[in-house]
Amino acid sequence: MILRRNLLGATAAAALIASAAPAFAQVEIQWWHAMTGANNDVVNRLADEFNASQRDYKVVASYKGSYPDTMNAGIAAFRAGNAPHIMQVFEVGTATMMAARGAIKPVADLMKEAGERFDPASYLPAVAGYYSTARGEMLSFPFNSSSTVMWYNKDAFKAAGLNPDAPPKTWPEVFEAAKKLKATATPNCGFSTAWVTWVNIEQFSVWHNIPIGTKSNGIDGFDTEFRINSPTHVRHFANLAELAKDKTYVYGGRTNTGEGTFTSGECPIMITSSGFYGNVKANAKFDWANAQMPYYPDVAGAPQNSTLGGASLWVMGGKNANEYKGVAKFFAFLSDTDRQARLHTESGYLPITTAAYEKVKASGFYNTNPYLETPLKSLTNKPPTENSKGLRFGNLVQIRDIWSEEIEAALQGTKTPQQAMDAAVSRGNASLRQFERTVTR
Amino acid sequence: MERRALFGGKVLPYSLLLPQFAIVVVFFYVPAVQAVWQSMLMQDAFGISTEFVWFENYTILAANPEYYRTMGTTAVFSVLVAFLSLSSGLLLAVMADKQIKGATIYKTMLIWPYAVAPAVAGVLWLFMFQPSLGMLAKALRSWGIDWNPLLNGNHAMILVVLAATWKQISYNFLFFLAGLAAIPKSVIEAAAIDGARPMRRFWTIVFPLLSPTAFFLLTVNIVYVFFDTFGIIDSVTSGGPAGNTTTMVYKVYADGKLGSDLGGSAAQSVVLMAIVIALTAVQFKFVERRVQY
Repeated sequence: MILRRNLLGATAAAALIASAAPAFAQVEIQWWHAMTGANNDVVNRLADEFNASQRDYKVVASYKGSYPDTMNAGIAAFRAGNAPHIMQVFEVGTATMMAARGAIKPVADLMKEAGERFDPASYLPAVAGYYSTARGEMLSFPFNSSSTVMWYNKDAFKAAGLNPDAPPKTWPEVFEAAKKLKATATPNCGFSTAWVTWVNIEQFSVWHNIPIGTKSNGIDGFDTEFRINSPTHVRHFANLAELAKDKTYVYGGRTNTGEGTFTSGECPIMITSSGFYGNVKANAKFDWANAQMPYYPDVAGAPQNSTLGGASLWVMGGKNANEYKGVAKFFAFLSDTDRQARLHTESGYLPITTAAYEKVKASGFYNTNPYLETPLKSLTNKPPTENSKGLRFGNLVQIRDIWSEEIEAALQGTKTPQQAMDAAVSRGNASLRQFERTVTR
Repeated sequence: MERRALFGGKVLPYSLLLPQFAIVVVFFYVPAVQAVWQSMLMQDAFGISTEFVWFENYTILAANPEYYRTMGTTAVFSVLVAFLSLSSGLLLAVMADKQIKGATIYKTMLIWPYAVAPAVAGVLWLFMFQPSLGMLAKALRSWGIDWNPLLNGNHAMILVVLAATWKQISYNFLFFLAGLAAIPKSVIEAAAIDGARPMRRFWTIVFPLLSPTAFFLLTVNIVYVFFDTFGIIDSVTSGGPAGNTTTMVYKVYADGKLGSDLGGSAAQSVVLMAIVIALTAVQFKFVERRVQY
């Protein structure tokens, strides 16, 4: 007991010394992220610029592998008692992070306690909604965001006798164009999709204003159930399975590995993330463009608006007030309008504040780079509804794999689309119930 | 004749045993007990809330049809990999054991793949057979085979079996080669003088004398396919398509690491551990009897 009191005293004294003498030692802020290539440079430059802008805090950015790797590393570190201050978590992990109330520090609280200016209303509604609780409290700091768009090969369109400046707008038009392209220009592929569940279930549902699950796609509570076996969903997968038989539709895999078939010229239409921009720009040796996602014209209200991909920054719990002050300062630094505008035009990720979007728009940047505005137009197409403001499902990382398995079974023909989607719902629900049980105790 | 070391007291022998015993405890018994304990818990990803649920994770597992499918997949995968890697390892070792020019180089080259990490081996094969970029995939296509491991479960299985086999051949080759070197040449020469042809010499003399090595390798290979192949599966197919290449060990990883379901994952690893212990016991009880030392 005496020993413990002494220890406590010692730690308190140490903390006092640390907080009383910020001038002697910089406070290190650990930032774990999953950015590679050019985006890794962007992250490092942001950290360097912040470190150069003041003396009290030092942001140390560390690359921790892929999105799931980074998240798992952070979770493991938390369990071991040495979590980073800031952790970049992809959109799929949002529900898991939100549920971990004791493990995270809500960004809204962080900014308020540190006295930094922070206005959730300054973010694009689709962005703010994604990372806020049902009561509108922002829990994480939006960082890199993307959305789904349709990339197409203009040269192939010309070769197939299609108008390269009038891309197909609806799914039936895409199917027709793909058949024509495959018959004339690109014999191995009509169209393809990467991130199969994100494009064909998550974005698909949001874009058609139909629920992925009950309770506003899980935002209003963990007792949500999936609704992805609706007639519209089943029809879409029936179409894809039918077209997959003769390679009019080519399955592009669960992640973005299939994107290479677009830049190589094999697939003339690729529906995937707007973040594909850098790769297309660097590697496509043909004339290309992008357009908004297709929709089924007979679905009421379609197209609605698209939702986000990408990641946000989560602040981990259990750090001291001075460290949190540094994190808050860093976030204030990041939300600066000029910095946001520059990040958008340099990285190809979306601007996340309305002010940054307006600024870039006013500068005329989109006249020469219309492809960076397409996802923004989708994202802000209409005011979000309860089906389109975002989604929040626990265990979504694993559920996406379950969905992929069922979609693959439908495309293989081992299950009918109805069977596959029914199984996707029941297996997904089982995973949701398990998540609900572990978080609501 | 029995060889025994005689010790005066009990202190020395036990203290000599201690380091080995400590290693076994730290690296085997403690994790195994932890796995059993974890398998009776339900926890959120961060370990903030924990509930002791007795055997509920196991009953959930037993009621899951996907899990039985994984068992079938594992059986197919392990039989194929163990058989292919053992037989090709043996074939290559028999070839290399002959008097040929550049035997050392040949042997060295054959041992190389063993130094390749499973994930890297997976990526190598993935590149060769990637439907749109891979050289071998293009060749298959030009022969009219619609090669598509992304959707065709059999193609995906062939791919992971090839990668896992390729990786293990070197190891088997090395041990078979050592086994062959230990067989006295005089026995084989005697058989040759008696008129036995190479095939007959192999099956009646060499193979029985190799059986201890083969038995050892069988055990090691079973452990390899059950545990070490997950890196290959992860990098090549991630268990897809439609779960066609999800083996038991990959599911342990997918559910525990990606799905943050530590309890369910631990229950699976306990089941897996029991299966491997049972398989090894069966091997020692029945197969070892036929082995001629």
